[in-house]
Amino acid sequence: MAAQNFLWSFTKNCFTFGLIGLTISDRYASIVPVRGSSMSPTFNLTTDSFMGSLSDDYVLVEKFCLQKYKFSHGDVIVFCSPSNHKEKHVKRIIGLPGDWIGTPMTNDVMKVPNGHCWVEGDNPSSSLDSRSFGPIPLGLIKGWVTHILWPPQRVRHIERKNHENILSPS
Amino acid sequence: MRRWGLLAKEALTQTLTFARFFCLFHVTNHYLWSPTLVFGPSMLPTLNLTGDVILAEYVSHRVGRLGPGDIVFVRSPVDPNKIVTKRIVGVEGDRVTYFKPRNGDSCHTVVVPKGHVWIQGDNLYASRDSRQFGPVPYGLIEGKAFFRQVWPPNSFGSLG
Repeated sequence: MAAQNFLWSFTKNCFTFGLIGLTISDRYASIVPVRGSSMSPTFNLTTDSFMGSLSDDYVLVEKFCLQKYKFSHGDVIVFCSPSNHKEKHVKRIIGLPGDWIGTPMTNDVMKVPNGHCWVEGDNPSSSLDSRSFGPIPLGLIKGWVTHILWPPQRVRHIERKNHENILSPS
Repeated sequence: MRRWGLLAKEALTQTLTFARFFCLFHVTNHYLWSPTLVFGPSMLPTLNLTGDVILAEYVSHRVGRLGPGDIVFVRSPVDPNKIVTKRIVGVEGDRVTYFKPRNGDSCHTVVVPKGHVWIQGDNLYASRDSRQFGPVPYGLIEGKAFFRQVWPPNSFGSLG
């Protein structure tokens, strides 16, 4: 009888903490690991395939930006992939609506449409980003990366970095 | 001294109860169902011009059980602060044929790319949808409409 009570109250506590954790990670902030080397050297400086996921950087993603969807150039964001909604990617915003993006390969310029943004990884040689799938709708963004939290020697704030390849109306 | 201790304990219990209710409210409204007000001419005659309260559910799009014919809520690709209500006409891999009523009567056919859906309003003459802004990534879908409730009371019923 006492064991049943204990089990019941344990389950209730788990359920409550689960709900609170889910609410906080949806509305305020959450901690996620970053996989892959497309944002080297900002994240995952060394991709050691032997260590694998043990050497991933863990970052703090804040969700307050999703109230108004106002972003700035150089923000690192988490977004759902446009070709597979179950995958999330981490990239940097290079262009906002109205900016002209130049592609050095084809000597082409294109304008970022309303409600969309142009994202690129910091490591252009191994990054699948807007140069392949085009500008992404701002509605796909799921959070803004502010700090690296793990490993302890890499704890710091993520800076905005400006790109030399765009023209924006000022 | 003891009174302050008891007061603090009481305040903590009340705050925890409030936090529990708030979290339950948030999880229900984002992962289960919630009533939503929709208005506008783009889904006539299915939905009212001046407003319908319908029940939206948030389970189908997470488990991937959405198909052509479903009325869904989608975050607009043109303005992320707006949520629009449209019907899914085609999913990834489908060939969709459409025409724009005000741009001559030319027909266009398009294949919906992977990870995207083609949405159209029921009222083709007054709807800004995939015919203007193209196929929409699945990740922009916020929920599915499945029951018309409460108001107006004479049209209580399921939206199939």
